[in-house]
Amino acid sequence: MGIVGGDLSVMVFLPAVGALVVLLMARGMTGALLKTALAFTLLTFLWSLRLLWRFDPALAGMQLVERYGWIPGFGIEYHVGVDGISLFLVLLTTLLGPIVILASWTISERIKEYLFFMLVLETGMLGAFVALDLFLFYVFWEVMLVPMYFLIGVWGGPRRIYAALKFVLYTMAGSLLMLIAIIYLAARHYEVAQTLTFDLLRIYQLSLPYEEQWWLFWAFALSFAIKVPLFPLHTWLPDAHVEAPTAGSVILAAILLKMGTYGFLRFAIPLFPEATLAAAPAISALAVIGIIYGALVAMMQADLKKLVAYSSVSHLGFVVLGLFVLNLQGMEGALYQMLNHGLSTGALFLIVGMIYERRHTRMIEDFGGLWRQLPVFSACFLVVTLSSIGLPGLNGFVGEFLILLGVFKNSPWWAAAAATGVVLGAVYMLWMFRRVVFGPLSRPENQKLKDVDLREMAILAPILALIVFMGVYPKPFLARMKASVAQVVERLDSKREALPLVVEGRKETGSKADGN
Amino acid sequence: MENLILLRFIPLIPLFGAGLNIFFGSRWGRKNAGLLACAAVGLSFLLSLWVIAALPEAGSLKDTVFIWIESEPFRADFSFRADALTVVMLLVVTGVGLLIHIYSLGYMGHDEGMIRYFAYLNLFVFFMLVLVMADNLLLLFVGWEGVGLCSYLLIGFWHHDHTNTIAGNKAFVVNRIGDFGFLLGILLLFWAMGRHGVWTLDLWELKASAHVLSPEQALLITLLLFFGATGKSAQIPLYVWLPDAMQGPTPVSALIHAATMVTAGVYMTARLYFLFSMAPVTLAVIATVGALTAFFAATIALAQNDIKRVLAYSTVSQLGYMFLAVGVGAFGAAIFHLFTHAFFKACLFLGAGSVIHSLEGEQDIRNMGGLRSYLPTTYWTYLIAALAISGAPLTAGFFSKDLILWQAFAGTRGSMWLWFLAWLTAGLTAFYMFRQFFLVFHGPCRVKESARAHIHESPRVMTMPLVLLAFGAVFAGWVGAPEFLWGSRWDRWLEPVFGGAVEPAHGEPFQELFLMGLTLAVAAVGFVLAYLGYGRAGRALESLRPAPGLSLLANKYYVDEIYDFVFVRPLTRSAGWLAGSFDPKFIDAIVNGVADRVRGSSLFWRRLQSGNVQHYLFGFLAGTLLILAYYLSQ
Repeated sequence: MGIVGGDLSVMVFLPAVGALVVLLMARGMTGALLKTALAFTLLTFLWSLRLLWRFDPALAGMQLVERYGWIPGFGIEYHVGVDGISLFLVLLTTLLGPIVILASWTISERIKEYLFFMLVLETGMLGAFVALDLFLFYVFWEVMLVPMYFLIGVWGGPRRIYAALKFVLYTMAGSLLMLIAIIYLAARHYEVAQTLTFDLLRIYQLSLPYEEQWWLFWAFALSFAIKVPLFPLHTWLPDAHVEAPTAGSVILAAILLKMGTYGFLRFAIPLFPEATLAAAPAISALAVIGIIYGALVAMMQADLKKLVAYSSVSHLGFVVLGLFVLNLQGMEGALYQMLNHGLSTGALFLIVGMIYERRHTRMIEDFGGLWRQLPVFSACFLVVTLSSIGLPGLNGFVGEFLILLGVFKNSPWWAAAAATGVVLGAVYMLWMFRRVVFGPLSRPENQKLKDVDLREMAILAPILALIVFMGVYPKPFLARMKASVAQVVERLDSKREALPLVVEGRKETGSKADGN
Repeated sequence: MENLILLRFIPLIPLFGAGLNIFFGSRWGRKNAGLLACAAVGLSFLLSLWVIAALPEAGSLKDTVFIWIESEPFRADFSFRADALTVVMLLVVTGVGLLIHIYSLGYMGHDEGMIRYFAYLNLFVFFMLVLVMADNLLLLFVGWEGVGLCSYLLIGFWHHDHTNTIAGNKAFVVNRIGDFGFLLGILLLFWAMGRHGVWTLDLWELKASAHVLSPEQALLITLLLFFGATGKSAQIPLYVWLPDAMQGPTPVSALIHAATMVTAGVYMTARLYFLFSMAPVTLAVIATVGALTAFFAATIALAQNDIKRVLAYSTVSQLGYMFLAVGVGAFGAAIFHLFTHAFFKACLFLGAGSVIHSLEGEQDIRNMGGLRSYLPTTYWTYLIAALAISGAPLTAGFFSKDLILWQAFAGTRGSMWLWFLAWLTAGLTAFYMFRQFFLVFHGPCRVKESARAHIHESPRVMTMPLVLLAFGAVFAGWVGAPEFLWGSRWDRWLEPVFGGAVEPAHGEPFQELFLMGLTLAVAAVGFVLAYLGYGRAGRALESLRPAPGLSLLANKYYVDEIYDFVFVRPLTRSAGWLAGSFDPKFIDAIVNGVADRVRGSSLFWRRLQSGNVQHYLFGFLAGTLLILAYYLSQ
């Protein structure tokens, strides 16, 4: 395809340029700093809309590809592009950019450094989603880590150091293995093809023996499973969420967790198809456990942020389950659910942040009866809650349904087990909502609270609009995802036929329905 | 099938009304918000009449709006379809719905949340119309859960009181448990059909090709779908939310919890009659559950003292009748009872609302009595509706209930036992209805002295719907008279939908007449007992002393307590253990334990955990490059 232009690079590095600008500005100009950061993130978002314009839904492969030599000695390239898998994750990231800056308007401490890290973080995330060179991906992957560490560690709550370290050590432990696997892959490719490259598309062509795949798959999978997080590797998440500032929680939930699921879909699954087929039952089992376990633990939380954090464990369990049924419905549903979770959980953290700013507490018992005092806020909260519990007509249902549809095809019992998560989701979310928003407005501290202002409405309105739009009219999204996801599925199916032993149980149901 | 773009506006207009009131309601005030909501439903009603006129002979109308979800081979459209069955539901939803909207203008006129109320009510009508007009099962499910949402919001409408919102949550969660089955039923149906090469959830396509399913598949699918129906339509074992749902405003109870939403399960089974007909075991289960629920709920209604709770259990009981009809394969009869029930039960609820309104919130029938002279219109309409539900001759309930009883007895799937339970229930129904009727309207007035001066008949805007509904409670049944009277237009109307599914009950007209006599007799006994117990002057007060044998009934057989003990508490206890002990003390501890051991064993690692992440990153990248360099130099 060659070089089409610099659209992606401009988008990826605009926030970094913004970070530099912020760095050069004087420390005291809080308002100007915020506005600069907002301008750069808004510009990035507007620029990213060009992708939507230029993206051809009919193509399965990479589009808007840019490719330059970077470290020629090692065959490392600057190689980026988008396909149906990454397109909307990129757009979700750029959409949330200005939103989290707006949500940070009330931060007074070290605002300059704060904005610097936020902007660097955005470049890191965007880069990781578009990178097509394994080394480049790894660099962006690590670039995300540092700002997040500081966001939690400096602007966080009372136990921020503990939470930040736990976050970094967990993620690092996983990514170390991934790095070794990446280097091993490049070396193996060199052995086979006599060219040194980290190019993902070329390494896709490598077909390794099952034994090797198995080790490499788990090295990648562990790294991604921690990020997702998959049960039982989830305990860093509640700590990180509780201590992180609002914007940090939003980014963490909406984007960083998706790095894990995106990683599975982009790297672990297509790179190691035979190992994927063999590992699918084990990972699906962990995902189902996560769905139920996360929901049950969320039910009992007294802290709103912890509740939302555990609900993420449950929802991401759905996503992973959808990915590892390895058919079109499940994977499309999983990809759609990544966006939904990004929107609705992101919005939940924003909402929790809004009442935290007013009351300086996140304990459910400190609230009650908010509807009377904050009707607009409560109505927004209601829509987001309903989106989170997958009410048909809102976005969450489309994803959940497609995932269940895909899962049911291969294993009805797992679909049944996962569907209990839908029931439990309603239990803990509505119970929380009732205690926070309904009931008598008895506490005097709550009786003077102000309803959402214009800035807060600007934060929530785009998310609410998308929650409704994506529930009613998912077609523009699914249509753009389809070709790329189908390609992954076809690749797996071809391996599945070559590997009758591993997948005997699902062969019968597998081949017929996936044909497009 | 013909296309008619008009179809989409029937649900969309109420949605639009709800949206306008949500965003601008405060700008034009409560009264206009109410009028707007009424106008929206009124327009839908007029369009529904148009659809009836436009409906082709034995055909249907279709309107595809857009493709909703597509993931090959799966596809579900946003698309509406109307046939003879749909228009019956359209009439109930928009017709009865309109009357209840108008009534609400009076009933909720002084409530500060009136705008929100009408927005929810319009939204409900939208979802209910989606439910009955959906042309595929997944869109039906959108309406199905959407009405559940509105029910949740309206039960907890007065949300400052936790009793109301707890009831709302209970309704939502219990319905979700049912929906769990419904959803799995949809999934199984889709893949099972797909296995035979038919990829569709379109109801009409399903009807054309459902025969490819094996009996086992049909059995499992229909059982799962019926489980969903027990939630929405309040049948054993999931009926427990409906009595609590009475916490909502009374017009809501009339619209959602009597006339429309709770009948969605009956509609769904009738819509999928071709599937259910393939599964005789499921039908037997449905008939049994229906008959048992009808009887069981009626016994509870005998001992309730809250005017609305009596009606709530009565609704559960009447829904049981409808499922009994479904279970014996008499789908037309089920829909017929759904139709007549909408009139007389809405009339009863609105009448109860009128009583509550005039007594400024009093709901305990022990504190009423003698209201006949104060509330003449309410009295007469309530009497007519009570006669209708008791099956008095020539009222609507008489025709529809007798049809069900006859089918339960003489239909190919009927049995003596089913008939007997339904027959007993008919007697109980007359008793509990007239026990309530006499306690409310006859006898001495037991209203507190202070409140007595304020008792007043409700305004015209509330009594007018009562009169119209009472009219329906009598005449709505005349379209479905038995053959030995003037014959049923009803069956001919629904003929194109149910086709040959219903085998005519074989029995002599004499037998039918005899059974009808038996039913009338048992209802008369119920009436007379109620009169003797509560109707005669001077008897009422002493008969209100709690009867020792009835405490089991008054406490609703302790079913809520049993559910709490068996399901709710174990769940919360195990969740509490997971959240309080297992997650922090086991799973997290393993991780931290590993970290601690590492930290203890090495100075290097300790330094690494000093919190300075740059050191770490630097070391990390350096190490990476070293490994890389080593590998490449090989």
